[in-house]
Amino acid sequence: MLDDLRDLYQEVIFDHNRNPRNFREMADADRQIDGFNPLCGDRLTLFIKLADGKISDASFQGQGCAISTASASLMTDIVKGQTEEEAQNLFGLFHKMAMGEHVEMDELGKLAVLAGVCEYPARVKCATLPWHTLDALLQGSEEPVTTE
Amino acid sequence: MAMSEAVKNIRDYHVEAIRRDFPVLNQQIRGKQLVYLDNAATSQKPKAVIDSIVQYYENDNANIHRGVHMLSERATLSYENARKTVQQFLNAESEKEIIFTRGATEAINLVANAYLERLSAGDEVLITAMEHHSNIVPWQMLCEKTGAELKVAPINEQGELILDKFEALISKKTKFAAISHMSNALGTINPIKQMIELLHQHDIPVLVDGAQAIPHITVDVQALDCEFYVFSGHKLYAPTGIGALYGKIQQLEYMAPYQGGGDMISVVTFDKTVYNKVPYKFEAGTPNIAGTIGLGAAIEYINAIGIDAIAAHENSLLDYAVEQSKRIDKLRIIGTAKNKGAIMSFVLDGIHPHDIGTMMDHQGIAVRAGHHCAMPVMDFFGVPATARASFAMYNTHQEVDALIAGIENLIEMFG
Repeated sequence: MLDDLRDLYQEVIFDHNRNPRNFREMADADRQIDGFNPLCGDRLTLFIKLADGKISDASFQGQGCAISTASASLMTDIVKGQTEEEAQNLFGLFHKMAMGEHVEMDELGKLAVLAGVCEYPARVKCATLPWHTLDALLQGSEEPVTTE
Repeated sequence: MAMSEAVKNIRDYHVEAIRRDFPVLNQQIRGKQLVYLDNAATSQKPKAVIDSIVQYYENDNANIHRGVHMLSERATLSYENARKTVQQFLNAESEKEIIFTRGATEAINLVANAYLERLSAGDEVLITAMEHHSNIVPWQMLCEKTGAELKVAPINEQGELILDKFEALISKKTKFAAISHMSNALGTINPIKQMIELLHQHDIPVLVDGAQAIPHITVDVQALDCEFYVFSGHKLYAPTGIGALYGKIQQLEYMAPYQGGGDMISVVTFDKTVYNKVPYKFEAGTPNIAGTIGLGAAIEYINAIGIDAIAAHENSLLDYAVEQSKRIDKLRIIGTAKNKGAIMSFVLDGIHPHDIGTMMDHQGIAVRAGHHCAMPVMDFFGVPATARASFAMYNTHQEVDALIAGIENLIEMFG
């Protein structure tokens, strides 16, 4: 009945939704910021630690749908060890993918499981909220991020 | 309504015939028959409403209250007939008490705006904790500008207003009250007659937000004795962008106009403008003539079926949905008031409402997922959002079966 939904809801997404990685508060974070999707009420707080120009640790807390939770979980995993520039480049690629533009999937690694979201305009913001929040954090903003 | 009467109404109720009047229902979504259960967001429109708009644009289109030519006379007549239809539908004393607006939101803003000059610091405006944002924000804005304070009467775990606490919040400081007739997020129907009586003991004027109640409940504004009653057409099978404000004539007579412009004036010079009389004083600019005519047609359509029969049918759908949902362990209904209309707001343990929404859509079932423009209600129940199935006159028991099966399918997929 729901087989055609598997493009969007891949097993990896359910896995990250059930057991989100890096889902914790970071008391000694160097930076933290809130992200909010006013349309649906999803909110998250993103924490990062920086060392030697790299993101040495990343974590999040909050509540959201399976897509946004999985996206935040995958993102915090993948950006660990990256420079700020690398993380921002990845955001650019991820955003393109979510908007349905052509990107080399190899460059996105695990994030490619979220590619199906581009077919669901109402859900694109669920996937991109964590990334917009990270982008603002890296740019030094302390203002809460909203997707609207 | 007595049980025997309800049963009689259900027996006489021809839902398949009603469904044929709604062209939009006859379509497939992603290969499955559409099951439209987002009626609390907006209802579908019967052919009679669509035809009335086509008829107007194809035959009668002209501006109203102006031309001496035939088309303008016909357009004016149709527009004013719709006003009479609304007046009778609400049992208002006079058609002068009916003002057409863009919807309930604009009607509330119109009244709030008129109270700008009447409130000052130390005064209070009373609302309830189950209001839609449109019956919160205009009063917040009014309070900000005047220094008055917004008081919120609390609800209990069932989503019912706590009447004692509501009464306790009424004082000499209370200068206005705005209360919903029925909650869009929970389905709760408020005891508004009783609430209005309590407020009137202190001579406090009351606005009733009827946006959610109007398609389900017979409204008699004279029996209620409220100063204002507002509703939107689009939840009442009428087009979007049209709604109405009922106001007692004594109130409307001395209220300041909301917007300036054409039609709301009787004489304009550069020194001074004399405003038109009620209701035109509040209808600046060329109005939504087609929408108004569509609203009139929608009410005539509803009257032909009977709102009590519609309500009995919808209530039987709700009862059936609630009963069937009991077999789903993960499902929790948000809003379990004893007196409630055909809305089932729910959450599923471990599954976010947005995922529910997308997964239901894949089965052809349209439900709402979100905060329903009632974020304080979501906060109260400690949920970010809910999924909501809401029923209308054309829904069937088979559609409730599809809803329940759809929920079971997605739970299985989520694993």
